[in-house]
Amino acid sequence: MAELFDGIWWSGYVWPTILTVLLIVAIMVPILIAVAYLTLAERKVIGWMQLRKGPNVVGPFGLLQPLADGLKLMLKETVIPSGANPVLFLIAPMLTFILALIAWAVIPFDEGWVLADINVGVLYLFAISSLGVYGIIIAGWASNSKYAFLGALRSAAQMVSYEVSIGFVIVTVLICVGSLNLSDIVRAQAGGGFWNWYFLPLLPMFVVFVISALAETNRAPFDLPEAEAELVSGYNVEYSAMAFALFFLGEYANMILMSGMTTVLFLGGWLPPFDIAPFTWVPGPIWFALKIAFVLFIFLWVRATFPRYRYDQLMRLGWKVFLPLSLFWVIATAGFLVAFDLLPNAAN
Amino acid sequence: MTSLDRTAKSFLLSELLSGMALTFKTMFKPKHTINYPYEKGPLSPRFRGEHALRRYPNGEERCIACKLCEAVCPAQAITIEAEPRADGSRRTTRYDIDMTKCIYCGYCQEACPVDAIVEGPNFEFATETREELFYNKDKLLANGERWEAEIASNLELDAPYR
Repeated sequence: MAELFDGIWWSGYVWPTILTVLLIVAIMVPILIAVAYLTLAERKVIGWMQLRKGPNVVGPFGLLQPLADGLKLMLKETVIPSGANPVLFLIAPMLTFILALIAWAVIPFDEGWVLADINVGVLYLFAISSLGVYGIIIAGWASNSKYAFLGALRSAAQMVSYEVSIGFVIVTVLICVGSLNLSDIVRAQAGGGFWNWYFLPLLPMFVVFVISALAETNRAPFDLPEAEAELVSGYNVEYSAMAFALFFLGEYANMILMSGMTTVLFLGGWLPPFDIAPFTWVPGPIWFALKIAFVLFIFLWVRATFPRYRYDQLMRLGWKVFLPLSLFWVIATAGFLVAFDLLPNAAN
Repeated sequence: MTSLDRTAKSFLLSELLSGMALTFKTMFKPKHTINYPYEKGPLSPRFRGEHALRRYPNGEERCIACKLCEAVCPAQAITIEAEPRADGSRRTTRYDIDMTKCIYCGYCQEACPVDAIVEGPNFEFATETREELFYNKDKLLANGERWEAEIASNLELDAPYR
């Protein structure tokens, strides 16, 4: 037994696996708790903005409301429609949920606090968030219901449209940084305070990114895939109980993920807003969480303020406004960097 | 120039931002929500809630079985049967209101010549079964006893306007 623990088998495979699983749990649990409380925050913030109080009965200030909702969804029955394809029908919510979570592997919470510090982090994030549309399409297809199918089609078209401009926005950041590693992107924004973060020099791109993130996560005012008025509730109309809960969790985890991406790309990740004493004492992950919370608040704020876009307006905005704008800005940024010899890694 | 203005405005999101400023300010205003089971909104004296059959102060029931309420009821929720009592006065033997049919229009209390049937201030009479909402005379008289103070003061407050 002793040589088992000494061997390469233990130190090379088993121990790293255990360590990785522990790290994954350490990342997943706070994210799931954050998802639960994001639903409460959403109801509270929208309530306040509509002169209501929001949930305040379950627990102090309604703080136990997410647990009550979760319990309710757990105890309900998972109904599988007789016309549905049961295997795909159940795979779709799992896929959505898993894809929303695995993207967190490359998000840096602090200097060195990242599960997989890979050099193609941005590409990985982009790939994962694009795959998210499969969960929705499969759900719409497998439900064998016209509302679900229409919702899924809308969602697919919408996500594809806005991913194009998101891609160009990310490219502008990348040519400023010179690396696809997310930690490097944050480090490039270090030194000085918030005026070194990319949201200031790339302000138009920051705005385009936030708006596209709203469209990408199917949030209001771009929540056409789940427009209650016309599609009942879109691709998840046939889902109930935990299958529905997984969609819901996945959607909210995606919101947090997009906020995390915004934070890393434009708001300086774990960096404090001022590089002076009282701000530098606060640990990086707390700044990171605060910035994510701020972006999430913008998501909720926008939802409380604006009515839903019409579908042709949505497509017009994506293809005829954001795409040319972001393309122009890529060229403008690149031209500026070349003209003033500011390109990163210019020496090599 | 106007088109340039419009383009600039839409690219600077000025209208969107002013909308968001409005909702942000609204967020800190006092809330209109009433903490319902613990606090309740004001009710007008004319509020038309749960029905009640009233009695005179000497304990005699007011209803004289004229059946005007039954006749006027647009939902036909009221059923009355009557025959002379032992002392020769005309009284109901049956006075039923199907609360699942009632539309709370208040015609019954308007029609009543003796203020016997009234709609009181109570609106919290939800039940777990339909059967409990088929009110009979006993239930309505019991309501009258329970709510007499409120009903009397409401009638008095509304009297100047009739």
